[in-house]
Amino acid sequence: MNPSAQKTLSVKTLQINGKDVSAREDQTILDVARENGVFIPTLCNLDGLTPVGACRLCLVEVKGSRRLLPACITQVQDNMEVSTNTETLVKYRKMILELLFAERNHVCSVCVSNGHCELQAMAQKLGVDHIRYPYLYPKLAVDASHDRFAVDHNRCILCQRCVRVCDEIEGAHTWDVQGRGTASLVITDLNQPWGTSESCTSCGKCVQVCPTGTLFEKGRASGEMTKREFLPYLTLMREERV
Amino acid sequence: MTPEELHKIAETELEAKQQTQHTLCVCMAAGCVSTHSDKVKESLAQQIEKHGLKETCKVKGVGCMGLCMAGPLVAVEQTGALYQMVAPQDAEEIVKNLGKQPVKRLVCDTTQPFFTRQKKIVLENSGVVDSERIEEYIAAKGYEGLLEALTSMNQAEVVEQVSKSGLRGRGGAGFPTGLKWGTVAKARGERKFVICNGDEGDPGAFMDRSVLESDPHRVLEGMAIGGYAVGASQGYIYVRAEYPLAVKRLKDAIKQAERLGLLGHNIFGTTFSFNIEVRLGAGAFVCGEETALIASVEGKRGQPRPRPPFPAERGLWDCPTLINNVETFANIPPIIRNGGEWFAGIGTEKGKGTKVFALAGAVKNTGLIEVPMGISLREIIFEIGGGIPDGKKFKAVQTGGPSGGCIPEQFLDMQVDYDSLAKVGSIMGSGGMIVMDETSCMVDVAKFFMEFCMTESCGKCVPCRVGTKQMHELLSKITDGTATDENLAMLEELCDVVKNTSLCGLGMTAPNPVVSTLRYFRDEYMAHIHDHRCPAGVCKIGKEQLATV
Ligand SMILES: Cc1cc2nc3c(=O)[nH]c(=O)nc-3n(C[C@H](O)[C@H](O)[C@H](O)COP(=O)(O)O)c2cc1C
Ligand code: SF4
Ligand code: SF4
Ligand code: FES
Ligand code: FES
Repeated sequence: MNPSAQKTLSVKTLQINGKDVSAREDQTILDVARENGVFIPTLCNLDGLTPVGACRLCLVEVKGSRRLLPACITQVQDNMEVSTNTETLVKYRKMILELLFAERNHVCSVCVSNGHCELQAMAQKLGVDHIRYPYLYPKLAVDASHDRFAVDHNRCILCQRCVRVCDEIEGAHTWDVQGRGTASLVITDLNQPWGTSESCTSCGKCVQVCPTGTLFEKGRASGEMTKREFLPYLTLMREERV
Repeated sequence: MTPEELHKIAETELEAKQQTQHTLCVCMAAGCVSTHSDKVKESLAQQIEKHGLKETCKVKGVGCMGLCMAGPLVAVEQTGALYQMVAPQDAEEIVKNLGKQPVKRLVCDTTQPFFTRQKKIVLENSGVVDSERIEEYIAAKGYEGLLEALTSMNQAEVVEQVSKSGLRGRGGAGFPTGLKWGTVAKARGERKFVICNGDEGDPGAFMDRSVLESDPHRVLEGMAIGGYAVGASQGYIYVRAEYPLAVKRLKDAIKQAERLGLLGHNIFGTTFSFNIEVRLGAGAFVCGEETALIASVEGKRGQPRPRPPFPAERGLWDCPTLINNVETFANIPPIIRNGGEWFAGIGTEKGKGTKVFALAGAVKNTGLIEVPMGISLREIIFEIGGGIPDGKKFKAVQTGGPSGGCIPEQFLDMQVDYDSLAKVGSIMGSGGMIVMDETSCMVDVAKFFMEFCMTESCGKCVPCRVGTKQMHELLSKITDGTATDENLAMLEELCDVVKNTSLCGLGMTAPNPVVSTLRYFRDEYMAHIHDHRCPAGVCKIGKEQLATV
């Protein structure tokens, strides 16, 4: 490593759920919590991609802050007192998951990702056993024009992982989001069929990072779409190369 | 441009003014143009020509005079006479009567409280100067603030005057402007930027549009002073494309200022250079949110990102960025000219200066008003606004648009400033003020604003995207008369989660209209739910609903 590029990072001490922990100043609350075995639920966050703070599941309470803060983005500060699991937070997280399930058509039994879905697993983990909000049942299309992959918008939670991995890691920026509110939709190129996309390199990274069964490999029957954890590996490789 | 040249322009302009016996000022802002004030202006010019008065009389276009409902408005500069609802065929009579008694049937009474109770700082030139001529702005002390800042103050002194003035952001949140300027000035970065937020997306609000149309140079001058204070040399002004007239006037104004060297390199012979470019917004409400606006200027999808880091530290292209509202910048030139203390002397303890409101709804006088902070809502609505028309009863006043709340009668005597409005569950907001009488259904009002937030949510974060949709469905059930107590409980629960977990201000404040109407008009919700009845008679429930099927 080039010595002049070596930045000195100071160390901070803070409390998570009453326990004293130390952290580097460039770490987020989520990083430090994970290091110390404290679980904070996340959906949109993925190691190696720029955090966007979209799903709001990782919100934590920080003493002295009027607002709840997203652990995936918020950097640590000295003497922070963080609570990750208060009654209010637990309630809000369940409500957010309920809102997600009610938004699109999540029919797990016929989904390629049944049993391997991060949304489903999160609901189980947080004890969401029924949805009180009326289902919105939007009519959404499936695009199977690509030779190897397909996108089923009925299962998308708009976490933007596909958008980020395609832009930041593959450098293709095939994916983006169109529309506003519940009419938002992930699209390829300027909303052209995926199979006709000229920017898509067919690398399949988006499929691998999609937390739900939205993006999948063709030919998989229900429950058959498992995903590789290649991003931590990718991050590691990039760090070593620097 | 040297200081002497600036003063010379002002002198020449004032001399020319003295040569003119009668100047007819025709409002050429969007409100009056929509009732064909351009035709009125044309025929006034023709009549002057016809009656051979070309040497002594002039017609000029000016900005908004405030009482837009009575447009097209025409004023006689020398006498202060004001004509309302002028039609092109009235031109001859007006011209013939110049220098005599004004035409009675067209006269608009300028001694009414609508005019006398206002205090104009931001709008001091609106309806007075020709917004298409920089010379007129200069003659009205324009660019003297910039001259003073550049030639006799250092950066810290400018920030200090702004801090002293007590000015707070007029874009909605009311953040102390001096503090923001100081932060950007201190932030480290090779390049810094100034952005003026002219997105103005609140339904019914047109304060910023009016300032941009009526007095664009004031905003440019404010931005240049800001650039000097924080150390930026490039400014962007973000205006929605739905404001074509404002965009045109701004672009013309920038060209004029550049031609005179009031923008560009080495302004007034100093080392300070500053350029301004216009950026057009495509009409998404969320693009008024500062981080979304910055993304949009960068050419990206207009979506907010979590703060911190705030734009003051990391903004446009990751550089420290000063972002202020149009009206905030418009307050700057007089603050520099007259000093911060002068400004701090107007208003209340915590709210200094004036605020421009777009007064609308169930009041006799609708239009644009500027009032000192601390004035009561009653004075605004019943004196300036002239009260409720048709003998109806006042019910509530809505401030702050989709992020604000409805204020009932018991608070009418409250002083208008940031803190007192917040205390009663509303916000100052950017200046929309909608008066409602007994014929408004408060549940319906809440539903209207929720629909707005639902369709304007950018869709990035879950609580705002899906929560507002679910809340809108529940409110629709209530107005249909099919809701239950459980539905109401669910609505309140959603208000809480959306407010506390959304990413940006849009989601965080989207529940406000519901929360505030539930607080003061819960009985109306109950009437819909339990008695299947809309007290105001707005919602079609039960039998009526069947009848219309
Ligand atoms: C959803 C949303 C919409 C906004 N729209 C506007 C707007 O149209 N104009 C504006 O000046 N500020 C708007 N703001 C506030 C800006 O984010 C920002 O606070 C403001 O431009 C700062 O300027 P000020 O300090 O001069 O008020 C909006 C905020 C939110 C959350
Ligand atoms: S397609 Fe998958 S990765 Fe992309 S936004 Fe939807 S759920 Fe997230
Ligand atoms: S609160 Fe609404 S507008 Fe703001 S980021 Fe979330 S979805 Fe977008
Ligand atoms: S993981 Fe932090 S907001 Fe989604
Ligand atoms: S637009 Fe003419 S008075 Fe407002």
